[in-house]
Amino acid sequence: MTVYLPIAELSVNIFIILGMGAAVGFLSGMFGVGGGFLITPLLIFYNIPPVVAVATGANQVVASSISGAITHFRRGTLDMKLGTVLLVGGLAGATAGVWVFSWLRRLGQLDLFISLLYVVLLSTIGALMLQESLRAMRRAKNATTVPLRRPGQHNWIHRLPLKMRFKKSKIYLSAIPVVALGFAIGVLTSIMGVGGGFIMVPAMIYLLRIPTNVVVGTSLFQIIFVTAYTTMVQAATNYSVDIVLATLLMVAGVIGAQYGVRVGQKLRGEQLRALLALLVLAVGIRLAVGLVMTPDDVYSVAVGGLSY
Amino acid sequence: MRRLIAPLAVLIVAALALPAAAQSILTQPTTVKEGLEIGASTSEIAITSDFRGADLTIFGALTNTDELLLAIGQYDVVVTLEGPRDYQTVRKKERVFGIWMNTQAMTFEQVPESYAISSTRQLDNPDDLTGNFDDAGVGIEHLPLNPVGYIPNSGTIVEFREAYRRLKLANGLYQRDRTGVRFVSSSLFRASLRLPANIPDGMHMVRAYLFKSGELISQKEMPLRVVKTGIEQSITDAAHDEPIAYGLICVLIAVVTGWGASVMFRKD
Repeated sequence: MTVYLPIAELSVNIFIILGMGAAVGFLSGMFGVGGGFLITPLLIFYNIPPVVAVATGANQVVASSISGAITHFRRGTLDMKLGTVLLVGGLAGATAGVWVFSWLRRLGQLDLFISLLYVVLLSTIGALMLQESLRAMRRAKNATTVPLRRPGQHNWIHRLPLKMRFKKSKIYLSAIPVVALGFAIGVLTSIMGVGGGFIMVPAMIYLLRIPTNVVVGTSLFQIIFVTAYTTMVQAATNYSVDIVLATLLMVAGVIGAQYGVRVGQKLRGEQLRALLALLVLAVGIRLAVGLVMTPDDVYSVAVGGLSY
Repeated sequence: MRRLIAPLAVLIVAALALPAAAQSILTQPTTVKEGLEIGASTSEIAITSDFRGADLTIFGALTNTDELLLAIGQYDVVVTLEGPRDYQTVRKKERVFGIWMNTQAMTFEQVPESYAISSTRQLDNPDDLTGNFDDAGVGIEHLPLNPVGYIPNSGTIVEFREAYRRLKLANGLYQRDRTGVRFVSSSLFRASLRLPANIPDGMHMVRAYLFKSGELISQKEMPLRVVKTGIEQSITDAAHDEPIAYGLICVLIAVVTGWGASVMFRKD
């Protein structure tokens, strides 16, 4: 059964899209990731134009982050003040990102840039995850205990001015690195169609030394608003959010995520993380191959003029 | 009166041709030029979302043709369907540090987005008619492709023009059917034009050309509106006309889906 995607302007098999959404949703539920960094490359492999894949990916992340954020809000593991400061940076970053996005699109370099960013990001994250899970597996085998990092150690980030007190997180921290982190994530959201949690969470824990219990909830809070804002801006400037594609992905994704969560709670962590790492690496390598391989046709044609 | 009735009887099938032809016969019966009339059953085509392409049939009639020349096939009819015009940009990829990236681009001014051409005979040697086709701008090879802005050199233009035609033929937006026009009687013809699945909407133009011994002697045109219908088109329109509201709805769907799932699957 095919369905026509009005913005992507092509007919796709509805079951492939639903399957993609469910599979990524399942993985995101299992590993507690947003899934944007998997859904966008998958859509690109399925011949969805990268412009549409990125904007629609951002929209999909709104849905996949919301239920998680609600849970954290109920439990009280969400620092509103910290989230708001992050959000200020995030909105600015998303605005700048959409501007860069439109500029690259006019230059005809957008597809290349998106692929390059994904190759760098996925191979880095995949390699780090693989390394970490292999180490964990080795530790499990040797049955040694993990030396905990001491959160009391301070680095240069904690000497910056404009300090603010975040009561819920019980920290006293400069607003500059928080806004800067939000900004960077906002740029990634609008150019890559990801929530950015997989970068934000480690950055908050290891660089900003924010207590782990509020990190996930607070990052989800920021992600919802930045991805929602990015969806709006992409819709208004590039007309590239495909509502049909997004709805299919979201519905399949949130259902898949629920089952992913259940399975994830039962299974052993290290092997699964190693598998996810291999999957992420494979997607990155597939994108890299696409960049290097000689294309079928070196020419392409598009309606519209170049801007001078 | 008899002189008038006889040609009328022949022409009655091509209702469009009637007034003009009758008039010209009345005024100058001997030195009249050959004429051409066309008609279609519709001036508007509605395309639904499950559209997989279709054939458009155009009927036409030749008037005042010379019987002898007609018998030996000296008349050629070419019918084209031109899509709305827009700027078209062709980009070329090159390997830069091992990676393929767009390095060169050329924009052609106001070229039809789609173009279908049908003709009466197998133009095995298109060069026969090249000069005239070129003058008339008839045929995929003869569409004027004028680059905008800075042009590096003529070799590059030729290269990009060829690439443009090849890509357009490959994705079906440009089509040619060298036997698409058939005579159903000595003066009546039927032309079929292929509408591709990805036909752009907007004002299209059907043009019919009559060639006598390779010389363009008459042409007629008729507008054809292609309108896309259905829910998908309403969505596209909404995305372009009301982008803010459209974006809001997208976000709202996401919120409802995410929130709905967390309510439905809540364990407590």
